[in-house]
Amino acid sequence: MTTPDRPDSKIIEMTGVTKHYEGGVHALRGVDLTVEAGELLAITGPSGSGKSTLLHLIGTLDRPSSGTVRIAGHDVGKLADERLSALRAAHIGFVFQQFHLAAGRSAVDNVADGLLYAGRPVRLRRELAVAALERVGLGHRLHHRPHELSGGEQQRVAIARAVLGDPPLLLADEPTGNLDSASGDAVLGLLRDLHTEGTTVLIITHDHEVATGCDRLVRVRDGEIVFDGTANDRASTAPRPEGAR
Amino acid sequence: MTTGNTTTGNTTTGNAMTTGKAMKPPVPARLGPGDVARVGLSGLRARPARVVLSALGIAIGIATMVSVIGISASGQEELLRRLDRLGTNLLRVQPGDSFTGGEVKLPAGAVAMVDRIGPVFTASGTGEVSASIRRTDRIPKEETGGINVQATTLGLLQTLDGRVRTGVWLNAATERYPAAVLGSVAADRLGIQRPGVQVWVGDRWFTVIGILDTVPLAPEIDRAALVGIPAARAHLDFDGHPTTVYERSAESSVEAVREVLPRTVNPENPSEVAVSRPSDALAARAAAAGTFTGLLLGLGAVALLVGGVGVANTMVISVLERRREIGLRRSLGATRGQVRTQFLTESLMLSALGGAAGSAIGAVITVAYAIARGWPPVVPAWALGGGLTATVVVGMVAGLYPAVRASRLPPTVALSST
Ligand SMILES: Nc1ncnc2c1ncn2[C@@H]1O[C@H](COP(=O)(O)OP(=O)(O)OP(=O)(O)O)[C@@H](O)[C@H]1O
Ligand SMILES: [Mg+2]
Repeated sequence: MTTPDRPDSKIIEMTGVTKHYEGGVHALRGVDLTVEAGELLAITGPSGSGKSTLLHLIGTLDRPSSGTVRIAGHDVGKLADERLSALRAAHIGFVFQQFHLAAGRSAVDNVADGLLYAGRPVRLRRELAVAALERVGLGHRLHHRPHELSGGEQQRVAIARAVLGDPPLLLADEPTGNLDSASGDAVLGLLRDLHTEGTTVLIITHDHEVATGCDRLVRVRDGEIVFDGTANDRASTAPRPEGAR
Repeated sequence: MTTGNTTTGNTTTGNAMTTGKAMKPPVPARLGPGDVARVGLSGLRARPARVVLSALGIAIGIATMVSVIGISASGQEELLRRLDRLGTNLLRVQPGDSFTGGEVKLPAGAVAMVDRIGPVFTASGTGEVSASIRRTDRIPKEETGGINVQATTLGLLQTLDGRVRTGVWLNAATERYPAAVLGSVAADRLGIQRPGVQVWVGDRWFTVIGILDTVPLAPEIDRAALVGIPAARAHLDFDGHPTTVYERSAESSVEAVREVLPRTVNPENPSEVAVSRPSDALAARAAAAGTFTGLLLGLGAVALLVGGVGVANTMVISVLERRREIGLRRSLGATRGQVRTQFLTESLMLSALGGAAGSAIGAVITVAYAIARGWPPVVPAWALGGGLTATVVVGMVAGLYPAVRASRLPPTVALSST
């Protein structure tokens, strides 16, 4: 899937990225991370280690305090807020632990919003939304509202919304965190399918199985990347970074 | 210290990313008006009860303003129509002030002289008689009840466009006899409802032969007992000088007639003649009816202001509650401007809803009130337009601050709030 010899195949390129918050919190302390288009990558680490912060920077929802973040070749620090919004609309899909579905609106309407800001006409959005819902196995729940759906179904609606416009990059922050293991497996299966179809997928997870199921594993601790490799590497080197602290 | 442990993963091709500069940064898509409306509506639909309550404030304000304007416009329309019916071509000639301070009289032939003016259709006159009128001879002379006796030419009823309510008007025969026609107020004061009754005028009995309807343009006739000039001369010592001359001419020549009246009536002392236009008072009342609503209008404006504060309050709360939605929309690619537009649209829709309801309520109140009063219902378009404009302004102002706040919310903060 990956084509490392083509320079524009690097969908994420972070160099020397730090992020401070007011009150002296150093959420990230110099992160270098490069992700090729088409990778499936898991990010793990203890609570408060900076995983979500990292994902927000990759998702251009926030800017680094220092260092550079390039997404699909665009230097995030140099783009105006408007351009970043457009970048998100066209290139990035998000899946959150809390689904963030609009209460009182049907699954189709929720999913159709995924392309609202990409400027597609409403008819097309709804057609695509129906197709996307069928793709995540919810063809029979098109007009259900979030409170009429199970947690796993809600997360699948959220995934359908995230991938409505076929964004090359999908970012998931603990997508299975609120789900039982069966629903979680279904959601992960979907993310894996998207990966096989060519989408770059980043998953933040606390689940060891989920993490080891990914091609590449990045472990964050105290705002630094302490491990970056395959699951097998991790199995052999795991004691070292842990022990180093 | 631990950076040494960091690898760059399975890429080894180095920093060839400079070619990325060739890519143009993406441009945000514009939301069409349909999408803007749809997004605004969906925000309102999620909280219907709150929407109704906060729109109610606006509705009350607009309804007050529209109905105040509508009711006064209907009242004005009623007066104008009455004016139209009565005509504005009636002029009244009376003795003016004299330089010497003595009693001024109109010449005995004044009515005939006025009648000879070209554009004059009809002229007639009344002359006050000093005799008093009483129900019986046993009532003392001083108790006039505010009514007096006037000698009149036969054409008076036609000139004033008056009507006999019951009985008959004077004619060439009855004007010589002790016969009287009572004005509406005079009849009331004397307690007389039908003709045939005897009244004590001066020192003899007169027979009431008719009672008049109210004469809107000459209230002085309402308070008079009218007798023929020959009868007044014969029985009541009338000197033959009219005290009031009425005339009607073509509408277009009223001003011209007004110019020549004093000289015609009294060529020697034109300044001792006063000419007035009875319809002017009604016209002034009509003009006043259209403007005498400042206080109530102010009340409506205050209600509208309070409604606007309600909308602003609703919007501020809405922004606080919907931080996650805002964050989500930003993550879906909404620009700050689009978030701002969304909340402004909601605020506008909220107050427009109130404005539309208020306009409808105001119009209904106006129509109901006007019909109850027997007025022609008038809801001026400018009042509705003004109400709509006021609503838009209120919606904009009320929504601006919440919308700006929503748009300034950093996406990460919005998403992490629970
Ligand atoms: N907006 C903020 N302002 C101040 N500090 C923040 C903010 N967001 C995060 N932090 C801090 O930055 C650090 C990293 O937070 P982050 O949310 O990235 O952790 P995480 O790895 O995602 O943790 P978890 O697994 O619990 O989600 C934490 O110490 C957190 O308290
Ligand atoms: Mg987190």
